[in-house]
Amino acid sequence: MNTTINTATKMTYADAACAALREAMLADPNVIALGEDLGRGGVFGQYRGLQAEFGADRIIDTPISESNIMGSAVGMALAGVRPIVEMRVIDFALCAIDEIVNQAAKNRFMFGGQGRVPLVARMPIGIWSASAAQHSQSLEAWFAHIPGLVVVTPATPQDNYGLLKSSMASGDPVIYMEHKELWGTQGDVDRTEAVPLGVGKKLADGNDLTIVTWSRGVGICMQALEQGAFGSVKPDIIDLRTIWPWDRAMVMESAVRTGRLLVMHEAVQVAGFGAEIAASAAEQTGCKVQRLGSPRIPVGYAQVLENESRLSVDKLLAATQALLKQ
Amino acid sequence: MTPHRLLDLYRLMSRIRQFENAAEIASQGGVAAWGLAASAKPALVRGPLHLSTGQEAVAAGVCHNMERADLLTSTHRGHGHTLAKGADATRMMCELFGRATGYNKGKGGSMHIADFSVGMLGANGVVAAGIPIATGAAHALKIRKHPNIVACFFGDGATNRGPFLEGLNWAQVYQLPILFVCEDNRISATTPTPAMTAGAGAFARAQAMGIPSEHVDGNDVAAVDATAHKMTQDIRAGGGPRFLHAVTYRFKGHVSVDPGTYRDAKEVEAALLKDPLIVARARLASLGVSSADIAAIDAQVKLEIDTALQTAEAAPWPVVADAYEDIMTTGAGVWL
Repeated sequence: MNTTINTATKMTYADAACAALREAMLADPNVIALGEDLGRGGVFGQYRGLQAEFGADRIIDTPISESNIMGSAVGMALAGVRPIVEMRVIDFALCAIDEIVNQAAKNRFMFGGQGRVPLVARMPIGIWSASAAQHSQSLEAWFAHIPGLVVVTPATPQDNYGLLKSSMASGDPVIYMEHKELWGTQGDVDRTEAVPLGVGKKLADGNDLTIVTWSRGVGICMQALEQGAFGSVKPDIIDLRTIWPWDRAMVMESAVRTGRLLVMHEAVQVAGFGAEIAASAAEQTGCKVQRLGSPRIPVGYAQVLENESRLSVDKLLAATQALLKQ
Repeated sequence: MTPHRLLDLYRLMSRIRQFENAAEIASQGGVAAWGLAASAKPALVRGPLHLSTGQEAVAAGVCHNMERADLLTSTHRGHGHTLAKGADATRMMCELFGRATGYNKGKGGSMHIADFSVGMLGANGVVAAGIPIATGAAHALKIRKHPNIVACFFGDGATNRGPFLEGLNWAQVYQLPILFVCEDNRISATTPTPAMTAGAGAFARAQAMGIPSEHVDGNDVAAVDATAHKMTQDIRAGGGPRFLHAVTYRFKGHVSVDPGTYRDAKEVEAALLKDPLIVARARLASLGVSSADIAAIDAQVKLEIDTALQTAEAAPWPVVADAYEDIMTTGAGVWL
């Protein structure tokens, strides 16, 4: 795996991230990863084989100490190491919120540019496997609100490979949100293809309405397209990929053209990042807007409760119809 | 303790004391708190100013045993540590005055004073927040097989926060090159710490994690220096973390405009008699150093601090565009 493969290879979303990290570790001895259970491959297998290859000093098994995992990553970054920080699930990253918001994000500014905090904090998001209220959240809007942070939400194996590499190379503190339901999804990964931060991806071209989504929402859109569920309606569909900085140019170009913008995300709709995009598009283009997110309820355990928080093709179609009727 | 070494330590303490005194005067009226109004004329130092007056011996005694390439994290009460690690008083004062020529370009002020060029990785506005950062810096030094060490300063109040436990455990588990320094001034902001703390306190908590620990009189710079010397040598030899518990006293209130009237006047009076500068002067006299020599040091330091004040007051302010700089590279700082 030392040589660059020019042709695309089939890979899972988890393996694609593992490959990206492995390549970064081969290229730079200062790249390390730290978090709980990494030696065993990480809870989702996204670190499989790395400790055997790079040793326990570089793939570091840590105590269950989220504050110190995140805080020490800040100190490591200031002292010349480039840490990948595993938070296990985003819900646990809340135990390290001071270290993320007050330390990692603020360091460069409040010390007048003396320091840099190049780290990637991986915090898997989303509803997965009946995991209930404390293991299922999507909190991208929290971090998009904080100056100093980059926020990334890859939806495919290719993007998980490419965006993780770009995040590690960015030199900024990056909140990197993989979706837990995507770990096993297969896709082609071309390792020569760079995926820059802040650039969205077109999933479909159309002129009837614009749909902006990311993470798990991408799969819902693809499912609807494959089913022909939109019928004669031709949506312009954008996978935002990076939440901050978001691809305003791509979204605005589309919104001007279609005059209608639907934003869809698994996160709670109230004060979600979709609201920011909808408001921005309405301000800048005068387009009609519609939001689709989860109701403001904790994710429930029983299937019927969990489904209330999930996105679905039916919900997407209902939101599309509502927007078209506006 | 040679007279020469003690004079160096005394000079460092005098620099911290005079810096704090000057900053305190410059801050009067700077913040409306404790029932006091902000003055009509804007103070030169605005916002909360946490003074380390009375605690100079801990900063001086520890940092005198650090090399320039060693690293340090501090607290919200961090001027003393910053000066002692080798920062320049003028650039520090410029930062306290919010000027573009300050260490942080006027973006941080007193609470975030830092000089990365001398390994001082920052004061911190959040109690105990420097502890995980310090353990990470020490971890990085170990990963990179770097011979230097880290000093991590925090107060007794920090020992009731989770990162204290997490950081000490971490440092001991990975056997990191770090000196934890608990500056125990026995007060958490404005509430006595013992009443808020279960068990025997900071020292016992460090011992519970198996970290070799020492008590020291934090107002006796010679004692702090001797203990820190031994502990830093042990750490440099690969001995893992050490914990220094230095008991001292905060002469001022929580912030400069806080008169600290919640403290017993007799307690304050007694503490002032144990001023670390008085203790050091007595020790210097016993070593045969004349009071004229000591006074000469104080006079030299006064010139340094006067220069810092004059330079800071004349220094330029940041410009509006600076508010958008030094935030991030990806996407930079933008209004939208």
